[in-house]
Amino acid sequence: MTVALFIPCYIDQLYPKVGIATLELLEKLGCDVVFPLGQTCCGQPMANSGFSGLTNGCNKNFIANFSGFDYIVAPSGSCVLHLKEHLQDDKNPEKAHQIKNSLFELTEFLTDIIKVDTLDARFPFKVGIHNSCHGQRGLNLASMTEKNTPSFSKPEQLLKMVGGIELSYPKRKDECCGFGGTFCVFEEAVSVKMGKDRITEHEANDIDYITAGDSSCLMHLEGILNRKGSPIKTIHIAEILNSSF
Amino acid sequence: MNSKHAALSEKFIADEPRTNWHDETLWFVREKRDKATHGLPEWEQLREWASQIKNHTLSNLNAYLTEFEEKAKANGIKVHWAADAQEHNEIVHSIIKKNNIQKIVKSKSMLTEECHLNDYLQEKGLEVVDTDLGERIVQFRKEPPSHIVLPAIHLKKQDVSDTFHEHLNTEKGNNDPQYLTEAARQHLRSKFIEADLAITGVNFAIAETGGFVVCTNEGNADMGAHTAKVHIACMGFEKIIPKAEHLSVFLRILARSATGQAITTYSSHFHKPRPDQEMHLVIVDNGRSRQLGRADFKNSLKCIRCAACFNTCPVYRRSGGHSYHTTTAGPIGSILNPNLDMKTNADLPFASTLCGSCSNVCPVKIDIHEQLWKWRQEIVKEGYVSSDKKTAMKGMSYMFSNPALYRFVGIIGRWMMRNFPNLLKSKHNLWFKQREMPEAPKKSFRDWYIDHQK
Repeated sequence: MTVALFIPCYIDQLYPKVGIATLELLEKLGCDVVFPLGQTCCGQPMANSGFSGLTNGCNKNFIANFSGFDYIVAPSGSCVLHLKEHLQDDKNPEKAHQIKNSLFELTEFLTDIIKVDTLDARFPFKVGIHNSCHGQRGLNLASMTEKNTPSFSKPEQLLKMVGGIELSYPKRKDECCGFGGTFCVFEEAVSVKMGKDRITEHEANDIDYITAGDSSCLMHLEGILNRKGSPIKTIHIAEILNSSF
Repeated sequence: MNSKHAALSEKFIADEPRTNWHDETLWFVREKRDKATHGLPEWEQLREWASQIKNHTLSNLNAYLTEFEEKAKANGIKVHWAADAQEHNEIVHSIIKKNNIQKIVKSKSMLTEECHLNDYLQEKGLEVVDTDLGERIVQFRKEPPSHIVLPAIHLKKQDVSDTFHEHLNTEKGNNDPQYLTEAARQHLRSKFIEADLAITGVNFAIAETGGFVVCTNEGNADMGAHTAKVHIACMGFEKIIPKAEHLSVFLRILARSATGQAITTYSSHFHKPRPDQEMHLVIVDNGRSRQLGRADFKNSLKCIRCAACFNTCPVYRRSGGHSYHTTTAGPIGSILNPNLDMKTNADLPFASTLCGSCSNVCPVKIDIHEQLWKWRQEIVKEGYVSSDKKTAMKGMSYMFSNPALYRFVGIIGRWMMRNFPNLLKSKHNLWFKQREMPEAPKKSFRDWYIDHQK
């Protein structure tokens, strides 16, 4: 199975280890992974700021890099959701359509396509799960506390296959961390307060790590944790699923 | 463009213990809502029905409004139409003048808040007493409500005690809720008895019967309407529902979504005036037709004003209703207010992380967070955005459209972050104000990948 790997721009630049873990994990699970070298950004930073009119270049570039693959996988619910909702090519709508249908967030790809039921991974630490909103509410990766629907979680399902891990949720299981893209600077006070409150709830569970499917949430939480000198670290779910302690 | 919401929120959050209290109080309401709705196996079905009834009504509004007017008139209700807030206020004033009325009580009506009726009548020398407890408290304090269901939710017991001490002469420092509500009760009781005219809102107007329903927990709408010789009910035109049987959906979802109650304490059905009573109904447009004509935003008019989206919103809970600087705050306010004044309210659709919780709790399934996104596009198109932001976005767009440039900027950026970290540790960097910068690696993932392939 050939999988095209989409590594969001800020992961490419700031968190290459997340990309590496994703690639290694997919290879371990028998995928042939290809990384199209001309990829950049999904266009979300502009679109969420009201400038969707400025995403044509990103769309064009994404389509040029990712056309023709059966599967495209990215370790980010947020970027995947943006592309699924907004990727377009007016001249060639089928290409955009084909990409949207081939595109998967990492954990849903593992649970729904590869149908992973065991993992050779060990992570003997206490880990708090952060539900990233775009993955959870946008891509339906986990049931939501607002809704009256059966309970499930694709990320948790995978994390439970990891040896030695102790999982916990914060008291408010699926409250937003406050990152929100450019919200994190344009609404700095609310953004940080939201992040601090998430961290307080995770601290109550006496954890070593906070994990999530999106490095953007984690980057924001990491920034607050490091400022207060907290021993809690952040780690992307791909790194845990690929770990061997 | 300096966001008003961001500035007002920062002020609110400066008092962190109070922010925590505000957040926890509203979260408590959200949890009550969860308990009340998760106990109903048919909850998601009720939401779907409510949504479909409202969609159908909005698509056939002219027919239902005409039917409603006919039936209401036949029942003996005088029906008035107001194109905007000004006309609404003039109509109410003309009824007051014609009946030579001085004493007026008003139960909760967000529409009259939207039209600034109190201020208008005050300028005419008329005093309106708000009879909802929370509204009376904020009225004493000359503040707007901070929440459409819980108008004084931003205030603590101590604040209420101080306010009542000043206006109702209660004991200074007595914060006992029982004592304070009893004082309000005695105060309002005399206002009800003296009132010649009662103004109420409308929760649901039923086309097939020409009647309307007003929901309260305090019974204050009934106290007013049943004692005064004139009753004026004011409604936005989207309050219409086709049939009385549809109340079996809406009355079940309203209170569960709003406060976690199975139903409001009082759901009062008004059909016709008492003998010797005048009953008026003012149906208001005030920008609603314009919103109805916006394909992307039309379904915001499905809103039944339960405020579930306020209580669940992580931004609202931490920024307070006044940070939205409009009558209707919260997520729903942020998609309704740009329609009323796009320039003044250009900041509101950005006062959200687009987490989507609002859309999930909405009992009539308004896609609130998607409309927030769409309003952002409209606002930028209209040019209500700072030139700095525009320039930055154009720069980013150019960079991301050119892979080689993106990689070059990445190399330089990471090198700067590693070698001159202090450059970013400036007060102009809002990320750094309360957060450390991420560590910049030497190699990008792409660099590693190319090495790894060798």
